Amino acid sequence: MIYKMPSLGADMESGILAEWKVKEGDRLKKGDVIADIETSKGIIEAEIYEDGTVEKIVGKEGTEYPVGTPLAVVRTEKDDDETIRKELAEVEAAAGGEAPKEEGAAETVFPSSEKEEQTASAPKSAAEEIFGAIAETKDEAVQEVGRIRATPLARKRARELGIDLKELAKRVRGKISARDVEEVARQLFKPGAAKPDAMRMAIAAAMSRSNAEIPHYYLSTPIDMTSALSWLRDLNAKRSIKDRILPAALMIRAVVEALKEVPELNGFWKEGPVPSEAIHPGIAIARREGGLITPAMIDAHKMNLDETMQALSDLITRTRGGKLTSSQMTEQTVTITNLGDLGVEKVFGVIYPPQVALIGFGRIMERPWAVGDAIAVRKVVEASIAGDHRATDGRTGALFLAKLDKILQNPEELL
Amino acid sequence: MTKEEIKKTIVEAIYEIAPEHEGEEIPEKENLQESLEIDSYDFLNLLTALAEKLGVEVPEEDYGKVDTLEHMVDYFSNHMK
Repeated sequence: MIYKMPSLGADMESGILAEWKVKEGDRLKKGDVIADIETSKGIIEAEIYEDGTVEKIVGKEGTEYPVGTPLAVVRTEKDDDETIRKELAEVEAAAGGEAPKEEGAAETVFPSSEKEEQTASAPKSAAEEIFGAIAETKDEAVQEVGRIRATPLARKRARELGIDLKELAKRVRGKISARDVEEVARQLFKPGAAKPDAMRMAIAAAMSRSNAEIPHYYLSTPIDMTSALSWLRDLNAKRSIKDRILPAALMIRAVVEALKEVPELNGFWKEGPVPSEAIHPGIAIARREGGLITPAMIDAHKMNLDETMQALSDLITRTRGGKLTSSQMTEQTVTITNLGDLGVEKVFGVIYPPQVALIGFGRIMERPWAVGDAIAVRKVVEASIAGDHRATDGRTGALFLAKLDKILQNPEELL
Repeated sequence: MTKEEIKKTIVEAIYEIAPEHEGEEIPEKENLQESLEIDSYDFLNLLTALAEKLGVEVPEEDYGKVDTLEHMVDYFSNHMK
């Protein structure tokens, strides 16, 4: 099997091979991490999808490769010697054809970054902006290994601001500090004219595509969370702080149960509806340095409430620590966004293609609510759905929200 | 532990949870989640870290009593006795 630069999301066209996690001769099991790949969304642990032995490695660390570039040959059970011989020839030809110069392990083979250097002032497409930015990141990562002395924070800020540390090193005596980087950024950029970072551009590309291609419908309904929250409070009161469940985990769990009953909303549109049996909800998580990632909670349909909370913790920790796995980056079947902590009442999201639905939650608010003939104050959350109108109709979405409401009125079943 | 020491422990725990605020002065009387832009997950992590460091677990019904740095220092100093 030829191991190629993986596509870690619909908006990815290339990635930097940051580090091999294996060497030739290593035996791998399905799900093992073969390499760390740097993308606009951070460092991703790329997993292997079949058992096998690493036969040959040709991809060079620190180099940027377009998606699909052969990086290694892995011998799996299915491969006979003849197949492996052919694959080795193919991989070596690919590596030879595009091989960087001997001392140029740092050099990118991605064409648009070279082009960018030559035509820096020409207007760029969104894709070129994204991959140009990635190439710069990589350049600096390599320089930092060389002779440039800079603090880790300075390197981080330089990456974020698109500042060339090599240029800066000519002007700064001694080790470059974050303050030096900020200063030169102030001189270079007028306020508001700073170049958007790679992640912003990746989000821009995916969301523009979504709004251009997907006819959305939007529905929303208020759900009384009073009994669910008081049930959760009783549950948490009996537990140590380490084992407490957040309302967000309860809501994810409820969404997953509702999707089991309305499976049309879980899956993809690929020239036709393609429902997914597994439910891997992408959970919108803000990164500390800005931007948002929606990594997949793999096999959420098999989890109980505690497992859902553990999986949520793991996703948040990995997102903020910049260490998601390739399956977490690519296998989302639906998206859940919870802007609750920011205090908005409702959220109407934009579907991440090729998914067909996005479920949103606002903040849990105390609201006047009719109970029988009286008005009571209840804790209420506004649940919404953005649906792909090619795949489903509003009726499907309405059915989903009704199921979700019913499930949240009987939270003990979510344990 | 003096109140000053408790405050120092809390501030250090905040820096660990939200490293982007490292070195900043944490406002005493403002809602911590709002002023530091930390979500309910971070807040739970902060209380978990403090439970380990200070030996006091804040039950959910007392979350309202630990909403600011000042309240948090008072709460832990009252419960550590």
